[in-house]
Amino acid sequence: MTTKQLALVIDLNVCVGCHACVTSCKEWNDGGSAGPLSDMNSYGKDPTGTFFNRVQTFEVGEFPDTETVHFPKSCLHCEEPPCVPVCPTGASYKRAEDGIVLVDYDKCIGCGYCAWACPYGARELDPTEKVMKKCTLCVDRITDELLPPQDRQPACVMACPTNARLFGDVHDPESVVSKAIRERGGYALMPEWETRPANQYLPRRKTEPKA
Amino acid sequence: MKPAWSVILLTTQIGAAQGLFLLVFLLNIFKTPPREFVLVSCAVSLGLLISGLIASFFHLGRPERAWRAASQWRTSWLSREVIVLPAFMGMVALYGLLIFFEFEKNISIWVGGVAVLLCLALFICTGMIYACLPFLQEWRSPLTLVNFFLLGTASGLTLSVPLAVIAHPQFVGPLALGAFALAAVAWAVRIASLVRNARLRPKSTMASAIGIAHPRIVQKAQGFMGGSYNTREFFHRRPDLLVRAVRWSFLLLLFPVPAWLLGWGGGSLATFIAAFALQFAGLLAERWYFFAEARHPQNLYYQAAS
Ligand code: SF4
Ligand code: SF4
Repeated sequence: MTTKQLALVIDLNVCVGCHACVTSCKEWNDGGSAGPLSDMNSYGKDPTGTFFNRVQTFEVGEFPDTETVHFPKSCLHCEEPPCVPVCPTGASYKRAEDGIVLVDYDKCIGCGYCAWACPYGARELDPTEKVMKKCTLCVDRITDELLPPQDRQPACVMACPTNARLFGDVHDPESVVSKAIRERGGYALMPEWETRPANQYLPRRKTEPKA
Repeated sequence: MKPAWSVILLTTQIGAAQGLFLLVFLLNIFKTPPREFVLVSCAVSLGLLISGLIASFFHLGRPERAWRAASQWRTSWLSREVIVLPAFMGMVALYGLLIFFEFEKNISIWVGGVAVLLCLALFICTGMIYACLPFLQEWRSPLTLVNFFLLGTASGLTLSVPLAVIAHPQFVGPLALGAFALAAVAWAVRIASLVRNARLRPKSTMASAIGIAHPRIVQKAQGFMGGSYNTREFFHRRPDLLVRAVRWSFLLLLFPVPAWLLGWGGGSLATFIAAFALQFAGLLAERWYFFAEARHPQNLYYQAAS
């Protein structure tokens, strides 16, 4: 538990479902080390393309007692990533120094097996380049020493207007992400598969009107 | 899951090839079939293995890099299969050559023995590729391995009958009987796995997928209106009726139809070829269903476009 594990913490209590993280992710990664990210028929009948991050919307409860939950989803950088050991080429790996799960696009043969092995649907085979792609936590950005320190954060985190996305080292108990998880009931998705996702989610809270 | 034809053709063809080779090797030890029968069988087995291997390349986005897939044998069953399949092909070819040049029986038995070990290892690798994924609950069972083994050996045995008509007629009766019996066992075990899978309850639910403990959660938007890899690769999008028709057709084609042809078809070469062809069609349908039946938990996140 001593080595670093970088991760995102997503605050479902404040996400408003604006998709700013989706577009800024696509924009950054289209030109960064993971790019280009395919886009086909963008304005046509059946648009399709590769995205690392999506914002989904769920309705919880029975009308009229319903709640709308906006739910951003990207690779969770699992601590026990089932997608890594199945890869026959070693293209999929988890970085020892910071726990980011990455794909080496020069080694990947595009067999798709790692996508079968991810319960969260976080991996997409790029239809143009025919290799597997997924969230890199903006590895080329967060490690870029030419950027001012406050900009060394994933593009989605920088773009979020409500600060629903926190970024940091979940193995450091004093980091902003660890504190948020501790103090606000952070939880993991699909704990039943024991993948131990590094990314966690903060639950919605009831706030009584103050007037 | 969406059935992948390249993988369906790979697993069914190499299964039959493995079954045929196992049979011929055992026969060659315990009986002395004519050389032609052994040679023809090895050639057919090798042909099916090559054809399966070619089909598998169509599964890859970057086939020109396929050689890299041999590197992670320590952790990946797919990598192990990538090593064992060509090794098995090589040993089948070598075994055939030894028989062709009439080498000493001792040597051919040793080479064949190694081929048999590789053959069994290949069954395990192929089955484990599917059975090792914990959240594909339909595949996560020893029955997956047993089915690959039994269906492969049964189809190999059925294939040996028309070959025997050509090269070794005395064997036709016993081989047809063996093919009949093995197909019956394979059929029964396949039905057992259908029964098992029909009773599965998915461990992942909407509640565990988004982490909100509520019995009624509906997706209103998956985040995009068009398609994506996630909406294509993991859904077969075929009507229920078709899926059920495929199930009934493979249940008929795997055993009852070929069994009838083997036992009561009149014993001509044409009926034996038909028995194998129809059983193989059943295998294709069985493998298609194997994929279509598996429900991937990621599908919980892709229920509604808007
Ligand atoms: S979310 Fe999926 S792709 Fe990301 S590390 Fe976990 S299993 Fe692998
Ligand atoms: S698609 Fe690429 S990264 Fe995924 S398992 Fe295959 S080779 Fe590895």
